[in-house]
Amino acid sequence: MGFESANNNSILSKLAINEEHGENSPYFDGWKAYDNDPFHPLKHPNGVIQMGLAENQLCFDLTEEWIKKNPKASICSTEGIKSFKAIANFQDYHGLPEFRRAIAKFMEKTRGGRVTFDPDRVVMAGGATGANETIIFCLADSGDAFLVPSPYYSAFNRDLRWRTGVELIPIHCESCNNFQITTKAVKEAYENAQKANIKVKGLILTNPSNPLGTTLDEDTLKSLLNFTNQHNIHLVCDEIYTATVFDTPQFVSIAEVLNDNETNYCNKDLVHIVYSLSKDMGLPGFRIGIVYSFNDAVVNCARKMSSFGLISTQTQHFLAAMLSDEKFVANYLAESAKRLAKRHKYFTNGLLEVGIKCLKSNAGLFCWMDLRPLLRESTFDSEMSLWRVIINEVKLNVSPGSSFDCQEPGFFRVCFANMDDETVDIALSRIRRFVGVKRSGDESNAVEKKQQWKKNNLRLSFSKRMYDESVLSPLSSPIPHSPQVR
Amino acid sequence: MTIKIEKRPTVGLSKVATSDTHGEDSPYFAGWKAYDENPFDEVHNPSGVIQMGLAENQVSFDLLEEYLEKYRDVARCGSGISSFRENALFQDYHGLLSFRKAMASFMEQVRGGRATFDPDRVVITAGATAANELLTFILADPGDALLVPTPYYPGFDRDLRWRTDVKIVPVHCNNSNNFQVTPQALEEAYKEAESKNIKVKGVLITNPSNPFGATVQRLVLEEIVEFVTRKNIHLVSDEIYSGSAFCCSEFVSIAEILESRNYMDSERVHIVYSLSKDLGLPGFRVGTIYSYNDNVVTTARRMSSFTLISSQTQQLLASMLSDETFTQNYIKTNRERLRRRYEMIIDGLRSAGIECLKGNAGLFCWMNLSPLLEKPTKDCELAVWNTILHEVKLNISPGSSCHCSEPGWFRVCFANMSENTLEIALKRIHDFMETRTIIQKH
Repeated sequence: MGFESANNNSILSKLAINEEHGENSPYFDGWKAYDNDPFHPLKHPNGVIQMGLAENQLCFDLTEEWIKKNPKASICSTEGIKSFKAIANFQDYHGLPEFRRAIAKFMEKTRGGRVTFDPDRVVMAGGATGANETIIFCLADSGDAFLVPSPYYSAFNRDLRWRTGVELIPIHCESCNNFQITTKAVKEAYENAQKANIKVKGLILTNPSNPLGTTLDEDTLKSLLNFTNQHNIHLVCDEIYTATVFDTPQFVSIAEVLNDNETNYCNKDLVHIVYSLSKDMGLPGFRIGIVYSFNDAVVNCARKMSSFGLISTQTQHFLAAMLSDEKFVANYLAESAKRLAKRHKYFTNGLLEVGIKCLKSNAGLFCWMDLRPLLRESTFDSEMSLWRVIINEVKLNVSPGSSFDCQEPGFFRVCFANMDDETVDIALSRIRRFVGVKRSGDESNAVEKKQQWKKNNLRLSFSKRMYDESVLSPLSSPIPHSPQVR
Repeated sequence: MTIKIEKRPTVGLSKVATSDTHGEDSPYFAGWKAYDENPFDEVHNPSGVIQMGLAENQVSFDLLEEYLEKYRDVARCGSGISSFRENALFQDYHGLLSFRKAMASFMEQVRGGRATFDPDRVVITAGATAANELLTFILADPGDALLVPTPYYPGFDRDLRWRTDVKIVPVHCNNSNNFQVTPQALEEAYKEAESKNIKVKGVLITNPSNPFGATVQRLVLEEIVEFVTRKNIHLVSDEIYSGSAFCCSEFVSIAEILESRNYMDSERVHIVYSLSKDLGLPGFRVGTIYSYNDNVVTTARRMSSFTLISSQTQQLLASMLSDETFTQNYIKTNRERLRRRYEMIIDGLRSAGIECLKGNAGLFCWMNLSPLLEKPTKDCELAVWNTILHEVKLNISPGSSCHCSEPGWFRVCFANMSENTLEIALKRIHDFMETRTIIQKH
């Protein structure tokens, strides 16, 4: 049904017309390629494997088993239907008390019980997407800015800026020190903003990091807390990957740092946490976003705003039951960490075998792959060319570092937790073929291979022509699925 | 024990955070407070405050429960084993196709098949609250305005204005023509905005109307469409009470008007729908935007990322709403029960000497207490309201909270309680009016 009219369309708002939704960026070519030719082990074994989606699919069996044993958690089951009316009718933006209690408890458990959370500070939002936007609406005016360590989750550009009108100022982190956040870099970003007359209202970071998969150490967190406090600006910690930590060092939440005796002088009103169950529990469809603030006024304001993105009470009810099952939670968290560790090790070892290094990481659903040796030149154009080759020839949808605002070309985020073991093997074999040098019985090891590539000016086993195909024509048909950039 | 060092300067929040446009500081929340402190309960607190300020539909829950009991395996899909994983992972902002198809079909049935809806134009949002705000973000810039006929749902002050920074310019309606919108009133409001250099981007109507519970007449809808076309602005039709019209044929949707014009100029029209009222499921946060404008559909869909419906809930409702036997019966029975409730309250009020606006839809009636006002002012209206709240112990909504320009009107909800409770409420009103008559006689 087309509704064309001879007259001009009534004009839409500026924000409807601008590009801040981010979907016209070239990075969506990867999604398009996947959508056009998605991998399926039987039907499309040569299709594109989705490695750009940070989903946690490793522990569904545990959740499904729990559901089978606990039919009461569903208000549609015979056991649960008695609650149907009350649940369906409940629209209080405070949320079901049992839900808030269960979330607070879960947040404690995922932080090893090292810190407590107050259920009355748990505020709902439409997924972490909604939570991040809400916290910005509470803390900053249109035209203000937030500092964000880079590389960072690319959809922050939409979530934090689109409707709020707030700017993002990256704090550049470098490979030479494993992308750690330095005080120097933070100060520089802040001072540059001051010089440009931009009002910085806060700093937002993701810990564990997306896309790096690393966690911040206590000292870094303390110095960030000191810095933000000193300048009387907010500190927002997006901790949605908390339970994806699978290795040492142990995760340190900003909540723990606040509790520390040394920081008891600091102004807690400046500290806020964003949480979600999309990654830790693998439930992105359920839209469970949480704003947790140590500032009463922000809790109140965010709660009022939650009217625009409340969590379905059906889902609240379900989660309240599941997350208050302590035995289930303890087992789930342990098992999830174990499986993530195993998958991470398997995948990164597989990459290492062919000479591809990843940033040493202890968390997340992805790894930060270093393909700098494969770049023709150390430029972003080369990175994009390489990326297009990986999508179109190697048939893997990975995410180029530039989409995360990485300042050094050649890094790629690769997700590994959204597939089964067989698919991981197929992905690794494709990568192996891709980096295989034309050999004449050369049995060199990975290190030698790497040197060989550099020496031969990166001659690889596919035609050079592919490098030159640096621009794909954008597809004219709309993307069938929404970009799932996380 | 920690020693507190000198208090730091209060940390700044945003202007949005510190404004009171969320509306919760208004005096009307005293009503909610009174109810919260002393809630009526038939058994445990029979003299408590009866909540008549909440537009909820509780008259047809048994039909939902019956459906779930009969088809629990189907309905349980959201938490059923076979599709749990897929469902839990589904975060596509297009929404489940099965859900969109079911919603489009349900919207058609509510309109007696007099309009068709394309599932690909259905955009999902977490409730109508989100849908209204989202549309405002898309249709208007900060500082622009939407024209909204008064009296209107008090929540619009927050939903349309708070974070969007868009203004509402009221289109004044009054009892002389049963509060129907007139072209003159629209024109006046438009001019008023112009005189203040405010750019009007659209008109937002609620049909059936909240708070006065009546459908908008066909002729009025046509006049509104003519007006927005002439001014080249948008029209948002909030039709969340469409399934609550007591008689299906009395409700005319804007979709029917457009269809009868072969969709000429329809790209300026957008419909908001929700299951909170018609199905009595406000907790599930099920809202939709239906737009005839491709750009709006695309943009709204992208923006819905901030406010998607839980896939678990989409799955449940996709099953329920695609069962036409169930939906046809539900729609019919629900209308009938609401009509009976309405007649019960109207008769009860009439026998207490109180007249209401003639209504034919919604979960409330629009009660005229202007004879009780000492003077026709907002203050006197609030005085009467206070009396009703604290002496009669009924939480009803004063017209001034809905921006009604004529003092003395009150919205009274009747579908969020049992018939027994409604009878008790009517008795209290009856006794109150009798006492007043006796006092006046002396």
